[in-house]
Amino acid sequence: MKTTKTKLTRRKSAAKANVRTPAAPTRGDLGALLVSGNFRLVDLTQTLSPDFPTIVLPPEFGQCRPFRMEEVSRYDERGPGWYWNNVSFGEHSGTHFDAPIHWISGRDLPNNSVDTLPIAHFIAPACVIDCSAQAKADADFLLTAALVKRWEQRHSRIPAGAWVLMRTDWSKRNDPVAYQNLDDTGQHTPGPDPDCVRFLVNERDVLGFGTETIGTDAGQAAHFAPPYPCHYYMHGAGKYGLQCLCNLDLLPATGALIVAAPLKILQGSGSPLRVFAIVPAE
Amino acid sequence: MAARGYDDVVLAAPVTVPYVRYSTHGAHWFLGRAVAGLIAAAKIPKRQIDGLAVASFTLAPDTAVGLTQHLGLTLRWLDHVPMGGASGIVSIRRAARAVQGGDAEIVACVGGDTNHTDSFRRNTANFSQFAQDAVYPYGSGGPNTSFALLTAYYMRRHGATREDFGKLCVAQRTNALENPLALFKKPLTLADYLNARLVADPLRLFDCVMPCAGAEGFLVMRRGTAEKLGLPFARLLGAVERHNAFPADPIQDRGGWALDRDALYAQAGVGPDDIDFLETYDDYPVINVLQFEGLGFCPEGGGAEFIRANSFEVAGSFPFNTSGGQLSVGQAGAAGGHLGIVEAIRQLSGQTLGARVPDARHGLISGFGMINYDRGICSGAALLAAA
Amino acid sequence: MAQVVKRPKRKNPVERTRLPTLPPATRSRVALGLTAAAARGRFELQVCRDCGAVQYPPREVCRICLSQRLFWRRQDGMGELISDTTLHAAQELFFRERLPWRIGDVRLDSGVNVIAYVHHNVGAPPCRIRIEAALDRSGQAALVAMPERGRPALSDDPKLREMTCNPRARKILVTDGKSAVGQAVARALAAAGADLIWIGMAEPWKKSAGFDALRELPQAKVVPLDVTDSRSVRELAGEIGGKVDILVNTSDCHRAFSLAARRGVETAQLEMDVNYFGLLRLAQEFAPTLKARAADGDANAIAWVNVLSVFALSNYPPHGTYSASKAAAWSLSQNLRADLRPAGVRVINLFPGPVDDEWDQLEMPPKLSPAALAAALVQSLQGSVEDVYPGDVAQDWLARNLESPKTLERELGEFDR
Repeated sequence: MKTTKTKLTRRKSAAKANVRTPAAPTRGDLGALLVSGNFRLVDLTQTLSPDFPTIVLPPEFGQCRPFRMEEVSRYDERGPGWYWNNVSFGEHSGTHFDAPIHWISGRDLPNNSVDTLPIAHFIAPACVIDCSAQAKADADFLLTAALVKRWEQRHSRIPAGAWVLMRTDWSKRNDPVAYQNLDDTGQHTPGPDPDCVRFLVNERDVLGFGTETIGTDAGQAAHFAPPYPCHYYMHGAGKYGLQCLCNLDLLPATGALIVAAPLKILQGSGSPLRVFAIVPAE
Repeated sequence: MAARGYDDVVLAAPVTVPYVRYSTHGAHWFLGRAVAGLIAAAKIPKRQIDGLAVASFTLAPDTAVGLTQHLGLTLRWLDHVPMGGASGIVSIRRAARAVQGGDAEIVACVGGDTNHTDSFRRNTANFSQFAQDAVYPYGSGGPNTSFALLTAYYMRRHGATREDFGKLCVAQRTNALENPLALFKKPLTLADYLNARLVADPLRLFDCVMPCAGAEGFLVMRRGTAEKLGLPFARLLGAVERHNAFPADPIQDRGGWALDRDALYAQAGVGPDDIDFLETYDDYPVINVLQFEGLGFCPEGGGAEFIRANSFEVAGSFPFNTSGGQLSVGQAGAAGGHLGIVEAIRQLSGQTLGARVPDARHGLISGFGMINYDRGICSGAALLAAA
Repeated sequence: MAQVVKRPKRKNPVERTRLPTLPPATRSRVALGLTAAAARGRFELQVCRDCGAVQYPPREVCRICLSQRLFWRRQDGMGELISDTTLHAAQELFFRERLPWRIGDVRLDSGVNVIAYVHHNVGAPPCRIRIEAALDRSGQAALVAMPERGRPALSDDPKLREMTCNPRARKILVTDGKSAVGQAVARALAAAGADLIWIGMAEPWKKSAGFDALRELPQAKVVPLDVTDSRSVRELAGEIGGKVDILVNTSDCHRAFSLAARRGVETAQLEMDVNYFGLLRLAQEFAPTLKARAADGDANAIAWVNVLSVFALSNYPPHGTYSASKAAAWSLSQNLRADLRPAGVRVINLFPGPVDDEWDQLEMPPKLSPAALAAALVQSLQGSVEDVYPGDVAQDWLARNLESPKTLERELGEFDR
């Protein structure tokens, strides 16, 4: 397989190719890859279920509605030959996509909602930064720019237009209480520090930032300057978020292509979606 | 103002449609058989009956009107008398005035009901608004509850005993054994009575009337009509009725008879001492005692002493419920108020089915009906004489 | 002497679960006035506005002066038991299954007679008694002669116990233990002798010290239950529905906004989802089993309690959407009541005024403490009522609403905002 910089990115500052790890295939050779069958698919999506936690905000704020499912009929008097449900959920429930319009910093950008953002962005390469050991040791672990640069040294420079996915193995916490990890000082989950986000946005021009936790920001990010820096900077620069991902441990540090196409909701700020990775065979 | 007398009004053609515990027939069947029996007894064509007074609990949705068409009767006088055990007496009063006034010539008075396995419960559940609202929801004992309360009160207040009531019941059974139409055929001993199963303390089984199906009927006409037809008859000397007497009494230990007996005896021209036999409304023994007292045979509260001083068989010192009464014959619904009348006509006109009171000249019948709430509302009495 | 209620034996799986029977429930329209008062724990009779005569049984016109101006007025119930009987036979199945029954004829001091049940602590007639109005298993008013002194409980009499829903030895589901009210209710039920209390927990990741402390109650068993999630309700009903004797719906979402103070419907929807649809989900999943178990021996299903709000009676604009959701729940509870009544399962609604919790922070005292509300709830189960208005504010609103709903609406609309 050819290793080269992707053409799928729209950003002008293309990253240097790194010979030590394979880069994602280009659009041109994506077709060939699919025809060859020489790849595996990894589902990065949590099951949408009523039990899956949503973000916790003080109760006087508006709340994200958790996923709910009401049976319309099940081969019964309400519909004798068919089974179906009506579902309801907040845009930011389950494994979901954040569009720039989600945050006040991105509110005036063009094409900032899920119905208008460029379809080309729905397939993009991923750089997976493994922070699972640190997150295991410290729930409040913060990813720094220095750590990202160290990752680049080991793998390759993060190409423009790539997803940066922070692997913490947080998705392995099946107990929703452990997953939320709340105490009376708020949530304790890992995420990027403000400096790291600024680096990824300004220096690497990423497509977006993805996490296994309930937000792209750390649990304690309300106390950062600015609060929720990942939301603030990413969306302010027209970049995206993916949260509540899983199976990041099955991805290579580089080389995977992420397919992440949110629902086309008019003026939508995000949506639950099916996210999966196309991983070329070694 | 004293009521006008009944002149030459007579009662004739006593008819009983034999009682059965349960029947698959409707009330129309029993009432129809009663009218047929009246026609047969009087040997008259159906069209000659021009008046009809009907009492029945189970005729619904019909009334006397529906029965008229059902039986193919063409009438110029019709009455529906929904007064339970007072219906017979009230029918006599209505019919007597009709034939006196010429509104009708021959009035058939019939009372009867059917009895299906669940009809007594249904009748009780829907008996009256007050009963439905304020009695039936409390244990649904039906009339057993009401009479248990009255009986317990009377016993405490006046010192009556179970043995006193038992003496009446045993005597009635003795009378019933002579009556081929009585449903109860076995003798009753005082021990049987006292040891029967409890129904509603202090009432036991033989204190309680047994609901059944059947009908009773008689004809009311002028003496001349009866004589022309060659019918034996009894003369009507007097009759009274009263509804909702003594509403301020905390509990019923007297009925309307106390208000009306003087008028009755004055109208009839005879007194209690002239009475040769008494037919009471007897669904429970305590109510017999209230009739003894109310009709002047003993003072109020003196019932127990009166019972102890008398014997009540046909041949006794105070012949009473000579056919056996409802307690030993059965209670065919609204026919219960006609039973004593029919028996009195038989006694006074020489047509008894069972034992005959020797030389009976005057018979007194009383009726009592409709425990609408906590007490019986309707009372009445009629005094008959032999021709 | 108080009846010692023992923990019922375990169910014998070989024996059929009996079907519920009821005392006769048919009443004339006018007699329902007695039930209307009894549902609030009051003994009221009609009184003539013109001549003052007390009336019974209920009627359309005065028994003395024929005036049509009869109104229901609270009675002290004092009177004399003048006769009594113990029934050993009865026509209706309900009574037949429970013989014998003690019935009495009572002369009230007000001059009317009532036929009543007689509490077993009452002596032989004649004796002084006090009439209380209770609700029988059909949900209709039933009058009970109680001893003049001593105030024993209805449930001390084994026959009359069925007119109560005493939580002693019962298995009870409290649908939400997260709220202060839910916690107080669970504790009060435990203190009242409940055998087992399932305590519903939604959103387990939101912790509270009060809730964690509940786990120490020996009777408590925490179960996952989110009434906004049909699946969660269905799954819990599948697990414990066949054992619940009493369901206490404490699930409540109160966000205290007036119509003008908040844009959008999202918050109002959440209130409706918990307060109204939550009740609907619980009713759909739990009511059928409660009905089926209404005659399951001593361990039968007996009651359903909803903690509503006096704001359901008339919209309280500072809590406008909450009022609306509670009004909706109230309406649905009436549907539930009609649904459960044929089985003899009682639906009790509590209509508290402002509660001393977060969401009534800006309400002026007097406010009802969660413990006081819980005590009223337990009392309503121990007694024989359907509608409870605990606390001074609730009583005040109720009185004003009974007098004139329109006046109350206008008064509530005048609050400073």
